[in-house]
Amino acid sequence: MNLLPYFQWVSETPVGQAITRSSWLFAVIESVHLLALAVIGGAVLVLDLRLLGLGLRDQPIERVARDAHPWLVGSLIVMIVSGVLLFSSEPIKCYYSTPFWVKMSSLALAMIFAFTVRKNVALAGEGRVRPVWLKVVAIVSLTLWLGVGAGGRWIGFSA
Amino acid sequence: MTLLPFVQWLAGTPGSTALHESTYAYPLVESAHVLTLCVFLGLAVMWDLRLLGMTLTNVPMSQLKERLGPWMTGGFIVMVITGAMLFYAIPVRSYQSIWFRMKAVALVLAGLNAVVFHRTIDRRIEEWDKDPVPPRAARLAGVRSLVLWTIIVVAGRMIAYNWFDCDKQPQSALVNTLAGCVVDVHGAP
Repeated sequence: MNLLPYFQWVSETPVGQAITRSSWLFAVIESVHLLALAVIGGAVLVLDLRLLGLGLRDQPIERVARDAHPWLVGSLIVMIVSGVLLFSSEPIKCYYSTPFWVKMSSLALAMIFAFTVRKNVALAGEGRVRPVWLKVVAIVSLTLWLGVGAGGRWIGFSA
Repeated sequence: MTLLPFVQWLAGTPGSTALHESTYAYPLVESAHVLTLCVFLGLAVMWDLRLLGMTLTNVPMSQLKERLGPWMTGGFIVMVITGAMLFYAIPVRSYQSIWFRMKAVALVLAGLNAVVFHRTIDRRIEEWDKDPVPPRAARLAGVRSLVLWTIIVVAGRMIAYNWFDCDKQPQSALVNTLAGCVVDVHGAP
């Protein structure tokens, strides 16, 4: 399947054109994207550390998961909206960028994992999942999100 | 007082040039700087939101400090080291960047806010440790922290853009003064 025509179409949308033409819109949207990164980082880390038996280890996993969840979802929404806008201003560059595809693949996997396996494991209740599996889930989660972040940063470095 | 001669000397050192011209070292240092944001600032945001009573309300503040504090300290150390390396790679331009200067001022204010928090309301933590919504002074410290760190992140990101660079004249007198640009009477760099 060749996606290039769709990417081409995105580059011609008024929104994409406006962001490309503006000297400051991209920078402003990028800042919002970066601020949401910090929030998503905190929301992911606070639960993954707990699953590893670190961080807030005196708290039940389920409580940490429930408290972190709205911040994860909220920051993810801000990330996706700002990310789509950034993408719309340079889709052709993204199409030919390996880091972009690494990031999108990691993002798809990270989101699926977060809202299926990780969520179910965290909400399973005390003692229902063996500690070693909690740790595996946390490591998979952290690895996938690291792929998203590192891939994202590297899009900017590839010419 | 100007630190310009110092940063010019810094720019002339071999390490600065090597880092600046490196293919992978500079992007790797910058990636580490940005991704550690998730560790330090991510957890600082959770801390501030706890002060505002907006998350982890069942966790006593003293416990949150004890359990997340070391991770934040670790993240902060990496951020300071990588940040210093990024400055070292591009000393003169960073020094003369209004964004960098704005970030530096906000960092100092964020530090002061943390000191004031620890010396005042934090001293009486046993009175409100388990309150789902901490007292006003603690909430204000949380808000100030969130505002200052927002400025730090945004200004930090903007350093990469050259709108107000000293070598892009003419700039307004205000920009030249704030950025410490050295320009002659005709406004040429």
